[in-house]
Amino acid sequence: MTPGEPLVSWDWVFSHLGDIGQRVGEHLVLTGLAVAIGLLLSIGPGIWIARHPRYYGPVLGFAGVLYTIPSLALFAVLVPITGLSLVTAEIGLVSYTLLFLIRNVVEGLGAVPAEVRDAALGMGYTSRQLLWQVELPLALPAIVAGLRIATVSTIGLTTVTALIGQGGLGYFILDGLQRFFSTPLIVGAVLSVALAVAADGALVLVQRWAMPWARQRA
Amino acid sequence: MTLSPASPAGGQRAAADALAAGRPGRGAAVELRHVRKRYGAGRDSTTVVDDLSLTVAAGELCVLVGPSGCGKTTTLRMINRLVEPTAGQVLIDGRDVAAEEVTALRRRIGYVIQQTGLFPHQTIAANVATVPRLLGWPAARIAARVDELLTLVGLDPARVRQRYPAELSGGERQRVGVARAMAAEPPVLLMDEPFGAVDPIVRARLQDEMQRLHRALGTTIVFVTHDVDEAIKLGDRVAVLQEGGRLAQYARPAELLARPASEFVARFVGADRALKHLALLTVADASLADGPTVRDGQPLGTTATIAPGDPYVLAVDAEGRPLRWVGRDAAGAPVGSSTAPAEPPLVVLRRGITLRDALAEILGSPAERGVVVDDAGRYLGLLTVEAIAVALRAAETAP
Repeated sequence: MTPGEPLVSWDWVFSHLGDIGQRVGEHLVLTGLAVAIGLLLSIGPGIWIARHPRYYGPVLGFAGVLYTIPSLALFAVLVPITGLSLVTAEIGLVSYTLLFLIRNVVEGLGAVPAEVRDAALGMGYTSRQLLWQVELPLALPAIVAGLRIATVSTIGLTTVTALIGQGGLGYFILDGLQRFFSTPLIVGAVLSVALAVAADGALVLVQRWAMPWARQRA
Repeated sequence: MTLSPASPAGGQRAAADALAAGRPGRGAAVELRHVRKRYGAGRDSTTVVDDLSLTVAAGELCVLVGPSGCGKTTTLRMINRLVEPTAGQVLIDGRDVAAEEVTALRRRIGYVIQQTGLFPHQTIAANVATVPRLLGWPAARIAARVDELLTLVGLDPARVRQRYPAELSGGERQRVGVARAMAAEPPVLLMDEPFGAVDPIVRARLQDEMQRLHRALGTTIVFVTHDVDEAIKLGDRVAVLQEGGRLAQYARPAELLARPASEFVARFVGADRALKHLALLTVADASLADGPTVRDGQPLGTTATIAPGDPYVLAVDAEGRPLRWVGRDAAGAPVGSSTAPAEPPLVVLRRGITLRDALAEILGSPAERGVVVDDAGRYLGLLTVEAIAVALRAAETAP
């Protein structure tokens, strides 16, 4: 970066619109995949822990430890095993979603009022019907809240996956740092923040749409 | 309570009642045989229900009442197997519930709880439709049944159908809970303190409506409460349970009040059990005194039968309806022209009201007697405090 040069070169931005679109797409795919896999992996253990609360501590502790591993260190460990691949990137990203998702699945199920469960069983719901028709729908607000945290934090983390050649907006940040050229760095950072805000907003809409009973009460 | 405002909803309700009354006697007998529930094992075990045997006849309303920790809720929950007994049997229409598939069993038994347990994420219509949906009824039949039930419990289907439970008042939610429990016409209805969380005025109204429904539908009801007054008001029979889940007495309410089987029952029903008993008797149960009357506008002196010492005479109109008390010191003068001081206000009692209410009215009146009238408002006789006492003693010694 040389003094006097503008912080953002709009010429660069306009000449790289196609490139920017591609990286945003990659970023969304990396994030979406990680959150989706994370959710699938969290629902089973979450339900199980909700039924056996004594495992809550150990499982959450494990997810917490995963969360505290620095992403660079995790990639360094994984690259010799899974290579500079999408799998490596996703193992890292998915690991970081588990803490929020498992915790919120458990808390959502735990918040289902005991009398609602009692009434459902008393009227002849099977335990499977109870889970799918009563418990999970009522846990949905908490689960979507977990999804929002996981999505926003994963969008931030995904910038790091450029280091193992998986693209995303991190590519611009890396590029800008390596070339001492501020424009791509700022484009990458601003877009990843904008993406996080947009994704969070979209999930709020999903939350409202999926829960008419909560909307009308408010 | 006897007044029901004439309203379109009232008309609909009457129609629904008539519909319901068209299929009476669907109740099933419930029998508990030496039922026991013990939690834990060995020395640390606690017995919650101990060797409980009782029979509820088909169509009866049985109230389980007792202090907290007496096992009444546990007993109720053993009927639909939310709690499995440690020993003994529960039979519905002679069939052991343990032999039945548990979800099928529960779908045939209505279940109402204090906190309603309505599904907050479903509309009122979907909540009421729960059991029919589980049973796989066709959609059109479910929709018709939902409207019928909401009307039956006094709610306007068009208003509440698409609402969520959080948008209704506590009393309305409790009505929805009752409608949901009755959706698939269960022969047995279990109710666990269903009116415990609503204010006293709403509770009294819900109790009255439940009695009306019970009479119309003929469903067997097992009802848990800790409130003795509620038990006496609602129960065909009342089972008093004491700590440790033992049956202290199982009897009709009047029997319970007249002849408590033990010190515990006497204390539990309360020192005012005589007054409670009066609430079960009506004016029609007492014998009336033949007080003299005089036609309004006629001279008092023409009434030859005025007992000496009786300070007042009753004036009636041409149809025999009581008008007012007339002082005796105005004897000889035409009724209505009396200048005698302060004639007491008239206490008019219909034959159907309880002796307890009648007593309260009479004690509040300077004349110390009530004027009993028939449904058309015509004079029948006089009711005194002594006559009430005699009626109570007669009821307490009756077999």
